Amino acid sequence: MTTYLEAISDGLREEMRADDRVLCMGEDIADFGGAFKVTDGFLAEFGPDRVMDTPLAESGIVGTAIGAAVVGMRPVCEMQFADFIACGFDQLVNVAGKMHYRQGLAVPITVRLPSGGGFSGGPFHSQNPEAWFMHAPGIKVVAPSTPEDAKGLLISAIRDPNPVCFLEHKHLYRRAKGEVPAGTYETPMTARVARPGEDLVVIAYGAMVHTALEATDDLDGARVEVLDLRSLVPLDEAAILDSVRRCSKVVVVDEANRTCAAGAEVAALIAQRAFEDLDGPVVRVATPDVPIPFSPPLEQAVLPSVDRVKEACRELLEY
Amino acid sequence: MATQEVRRPYPSPEREAADDGVALLRYMLLMRFLEERAMNLYRQGKVPGSFYDGFGQEAVSTGAAYAMAPEDRLCVLHRDLAAHLVRGVEPARVLAQYMGRAGGITRGRDGNVHFGDPSLGCVGMVSMLPDMMLVATGMAMAFKLRREPRVALTWFGDGSTSRGDWHEAMNWAGVQRLPVIFVLENNQYAYSTPLSKQFAVDPVQRAGAYGFPGVTVDGNDVEAVHAVTREARERALAGAGPTMIEAVTMRMHGHAAHDDMRYVPPELLEEWSRRDPVERQERRLAERGVDVEAVRNEVRAEVDRATEEALAMPMPEPSQATEGVFCEGEAVPLGDGRPVR
Ligand SMILES: Cc1ncc(C[n+]2csc(CCOP(=O)(O)OP(=O)(O)O)c2C)c(N)n1
Repeated sequence: MTTYLEAISDGLREEMRADDRVLCMGEDIADFGGAFKVTDGFLAEFGPDRVMDTPLAESGIVGTAIGAAVVGMRPVCEMQFADFIACGFDQLVNVAGKMHYRQGLAVPITVRLPSGGGFSGGPFHSQNPEAWFMHAPGIKVVAPSTPEDAKGLLISAIRDPNPVCFLEHKHLYRRAKGEVPAGTYETPMTARVARPGEDLVVIAYGAMVHTALEATDDLDGARVEVLDLRSLVPLDEAAILDSVRRCSKVVVVDEANRTCAAGAEVAALIAQRAFEDLDGPVVRVATPDVPIPFSPPLEQAVLPSVDRVKEACRELLEY
Repeated sequence: MATQEVRRPYPSPEREAADDGVALLRYMLLMRFLEERAMNLYRQGKVPGSFYDGFGQEAVSTGAAYAMAPEDRLCVLHRDLAAHLVRGVEPARVLAQYMGRAGGITRGRDGNVHFGDPSLGCVGMVSMLPDMMLVATGMAMAFKLRREPRVALTWFGDGSTSRGDWHEAMNWAGVQRLPVIFVLENNQYAYSTPLSKQFAVDPVQRAGAYGFPGVTVDGNDVEAVHAVTREARERALAGAGPTMIEAVTMRMHGHAAHDDMRYVPPELLEEWSRRDPVERQERRLAERGVDVEAVRNEVRAEVDRATEEALAMPMPEPSQATEGVFCEGEAVPLGDGRPVR
């Protein structure tokens, strides 16, 4: 069994072995191995040129990665926490995201974003910033929930000719375990049915896939489908519409703040394209629009819990 | 022809210097005449949006770009049209770019000087200043780690030195001793903001604090800019790290076409008009026996032809407005520019 963290590490290591254009850049990633130890041992294997400790400068990390990418490298940037991408936002959105459209120049960079809450990280170490980048044209956004997908999607992200935000959920690092194929393989940027069902579908991604599975594992005998989006850009519209067609009732779960979250886009898609298939309102469970508080009872009060998802599903099933 | 490849064996260094001098003048003239033409097209309503030029600053982009080899890489800013011309962009495509035509370098996706021809080793700027400092730094980082004898260069304005990306790039380049050249175009104003409101310490003095030299050069002397950039390039190739070059010049027009720059004292403009970089190079070449008028006529004719060609180019197809957001094929890295010598 491999943890989600080991799978990310493994994917990065395998791809660095397979392609010498791949290099890692980030704060404290070389000798120290990264704040979460994803690049532990990399320095010894790949040397300081390819496992680069950078100054504390997120705009610098993303900006120089863009420069390296357009001259032929495949940089993988680590944000120490996803939250700090706010300091590299401009380079990612304005320089990387618009480059291909404007000048036909590809920017193959991957930005690893350790995201999410649930462990008292507080307002600056718990965010889920994926929607910021969904809203910015030209950036792909993926968010795996299992070790197997984490490895495969990271490899897909590195091989993709576009800037890709790779959301790795911190709460899954050591909790999510599973079998992971050896060697390199690509996981497609499409959705995956995590558990088939027909009475209701819960649509989620990242850590919320686990919350959804747990919440609906034994829900008064209802057969609940869980659709793991895996990729937010591109969004697998066909898979979403297919699940809705089969299940007719939908709960969309986001760990991110509610307004304009990925789930809002999913709900809008369903409202427009699957209205006739619905047997009830599209129900959303998300974090309210507040900064993620530090103290455990406060944090637990805002993050979507197993109980909240259960309750939302029960209500909708009875509708 | 200014855009033709000049590749001849040089009988002597003096001869080389003389030919370079003519080429430098040609690129400055080509920039000046093209921008004048674009301004006319703007007044005729053929250039949408706004129009920015580098009148009076032609020596800075010409001299610096001319010092770079085809395999070097450039991030070109908004007063630097000549850099594109030196790299080999055809003048007609520049005018088409201003007019939002399908034949412009960005095919109508971006306007004015926001372009770079990737096949010629250039990345076009974004509006956010000075974001390209970091992109150039990253190119140099790749050159260094691949141990390639190549250099990256970018220009930036005095105003943009106040933003954080400037510091991040200067610091990064210094820490890693990268083969990168930063050319500050000190044109006295950032839009309406004079230097005195921009910084307490001149940026060229700050270079030392980042661990590499800052040198000041007369930004209206194209041969001086060329020479100092060549030296910086040699330094970079020798592994001695970055150089910051401060080219002191003056923005002789408004920030953009709409700006009457009433905030600039007239005496200042008068003083700088006596130091016009184009006239200065013409005088120098005339003393060396060059037929300057012939060069002018040649360049004018080239701009006329380019104008006709650009005006004949179609506008982009509206149906293509949503295409090409993502790269669907292979990521192709930047290509080489055209050899200048
Ligand atoms: C980050 C950012 N803020 C504001 C602007 C709007 N703006 C465009 S050019 C300019 C002045 C730039 O001055 P400087 O860097 O000295 O370059 P110059 O135009 O004088 O060549 C401003 C404020 C911008 N482009 N980027």
